[in-house]
Amino acid sequence: MSALLRLEGLTVDYGPVRAVHGLDLTVAAGELVALLGPNGAGKSSTIGAITGLVSCSGKVMFDGADITRMPAEMRVERGIAASPEGRRVFANLSVAENLRLGAATRKDSTAMRADMARYLELFPVLAERYDQPAGTLSGGEQQMLAIARALMSRPKLLLLDEPSLGLAPLIVARIFDFIGRLKAEGMTVLLVEQNAAQAMRFADRVYVLATGQTSYAGPASELVGSDLMAMYLRS
Amino acid sequence: MEYLVQQLVNALAFGSEYALVALGLAVVFSIMGLVNFAHGEVIGASAYTVFLAAGLGSPAAAVVLAVLAAMVVSVALERVAFRPVRNAPTTTGLLTAFGVSIFLQNLFQLLISPRPQAFSLFNGMSTTWHLGPYAVSSLQVMEFVIAAVAMAALVLFLNRSTLGIAMRAASRDFSTVRLMGIRANRVIAAAFAISGALAGIACVFILARRGGVTPDMGFSLVLKAFVACVIGGFGSLVGAAAGGILLGFIEVGLLAALPQEMGGLKEALTYVIVTLILLYKPEGLFGARRELGDKEF
Repeated sequence: MSALLRLEGLTVDYGPVRAVHGLDLTVAAGELVALLGPNGAGKSSTIGAITGLVSCSGKVMFDGADITRMPAEMRVERGIAASPEGRRVFANLSVAENLRLGAATRKDSTAMRADMARYLELFPVLAERYDQPAGTLSGGEQQMLAIARALMSRPKLLLLDEPSLGLAPLIVARIFDFIGRLKAEGMTVLLVEQNAAQAMRFADRVYVLATGQTSYAGPASELVGSDLMAMYLRS
Repeated sequence: MEYLVQQLVNALAFGSEYALVALGLAVVFSIMGLVNFAHGEVIGASAYTVFLAAGLGSPAAAVVLAVLAAMVVSVALERVAFRPVRNAPTTTGLLTAFGVSIFLQNLFQLLISPRPQAFSLFNGMSTTWHLGPYAVSSLQVMEFVIAAVAMAALVLFLNRSTLGIAMRAASRDFSTVRLMGIRANRVIAAAFAISGALAGIACVFILARRGGVTPDMGFSLVLKAFVACVIGGFGSLVGAAAGGILLGFIEVGLLAALPQEMGGLKEALTYVIVTLILLYKPEGLFGARRELGDKEF
C-alpha cells in the first residue's frame, strides 16, 4: 500500500529545545492512524510540521510530493486539513462563516453548499446555531464545528489534534463515533490523542510518542494491555 | 436653530473625515497589530498624484485617481516596508511606520516642494445647498454621505465576501486562517488596499476643503485618527468609526461653546475630554467587546 503521508526523520526544534527527534511515520490512504503519548511528547509539534505552521527538518512527503518547505496555505489546496489543538474556531464569526472559511480553497459553490448542508444534518446542533458566534458554543459543539470546518475543504488527509480535550465523556464518545464514521467512508485520518482507549476504538495502527521519539509503532490490537499502555497512556 | 444645524453638519463632516482615516488605521491594526503612522503619507502621496495630474482637468477622473493612487501606495508600502518586519515585535513595526512617514514627507519636499501647492480642481465641490430652510455646505454633506457609503460598503465586504470574513477571522487568529488555505499575504494586502481606498476618499475631501497640498498634510490628521481609534477601542472597526464621529462632535462642540478669546483652548480641552472618556472606559468605547464570547482552554 502506498503511503499518502510519509514523515522521514522529522525533527522539530523550538530554539534549544528539541520537541521531535527524527520521527518516521506513514499513513496510508484510507487508514486511521493514532499518534498517542503524554503531554510534551511532541504530538502537536508533529501535527504542526504536517500542516506547515511549525518549521521542521527532515522530510514531509504527501501524495508523492515533498512538501517540507511548502507554505501552510498551499498544503490545504493539496488536500491536508486540520482540526487544531484547542479547536481554534473563529469565536467572532458565526457557525456558517466558520464553515465557509473551511471551504475557502474551493470554487464549486453548489457542491460546497451541499457539503455544508450535510454537516449541518450530521451535527444538528450546528444547524440550530447557524448564525450564532462560534464563541458562544460549548466545547463539544466547538469541536464538532472544528471538524466540520476542516472537512469543508474536502481533504485527502484529516488531522485531528486532541479532539477529546476537556470534553465530557458522553460528548467524547459522540465525537469518536463520528470519527469512526469518517473512517468507514474512506477518509484518511491522523489522530493525535491522550485518550488512548477512545483512539484505539477505530485506529488501524498506533504510534506512541514519548519525549519526541517513537516508543511503539504497530497495530492497535498489540498495544492493548502492554506495559507501554500503562506507562504512558491513560485509558 | 440655523446655527445649530450648521454646527451639526460641521461636526458630522469633521467626524466623518476622522472616521475614514481612523478606519484606515483600524483595518490594518486589527489584522496585523501595526499602528501605521505612515497612513498620513498615503493620503499625501494620493494628494500629490492628483496634484501632478491636475492637467487632466476632470474632477471625476481625479477622484478615481486619488483613490487608486492611495490603494497602490498603501499596498506597495506593505510589500516594501512592513512585510519584512511582519513577525518582528510590534515596536519594530511602529518604528518602521514612523520611518516610512518621515521618508515620504521628505521625498515630497525634495521632489515637489516644501511649500504648500495650490490645488483648485475640487473647488467646485464646495457650494451652498439649501435644504429646506437651512443653508449647508455641499462639501460637508457629501463628506458625511460618502463616508457613510464607504463604511457601509466595508461592512458588506467584511460580512459577505470570503476574503472579508477571512479578514475578520485573521483579526483574532491569523495562523488558523492560514490553516483554512487562505494566503496570509492576500489577507494583509487586502487590508492595506482597503485602508488605502479609505485614505484616498479622505484625501479628496481634504483637497476640496483646503485647496492645497503640503508634505505633512496627512500626519496631523493621522494623529487625530489615532486618538479616534483609542476612544473607540483600538482594533475595533465600529469603535474607529464611532470614535472619529465623536471626536468631530467634541471639537466642533468646543469651538461652538467656547467664547472667541478662549478658542485656543480647543485642543487642550479636547484631550481633557478624551482623557475623561478613557478614565471611564480604559479599553475605549468598543474595546471591551473583544473579550466577550471567547472560549479558550
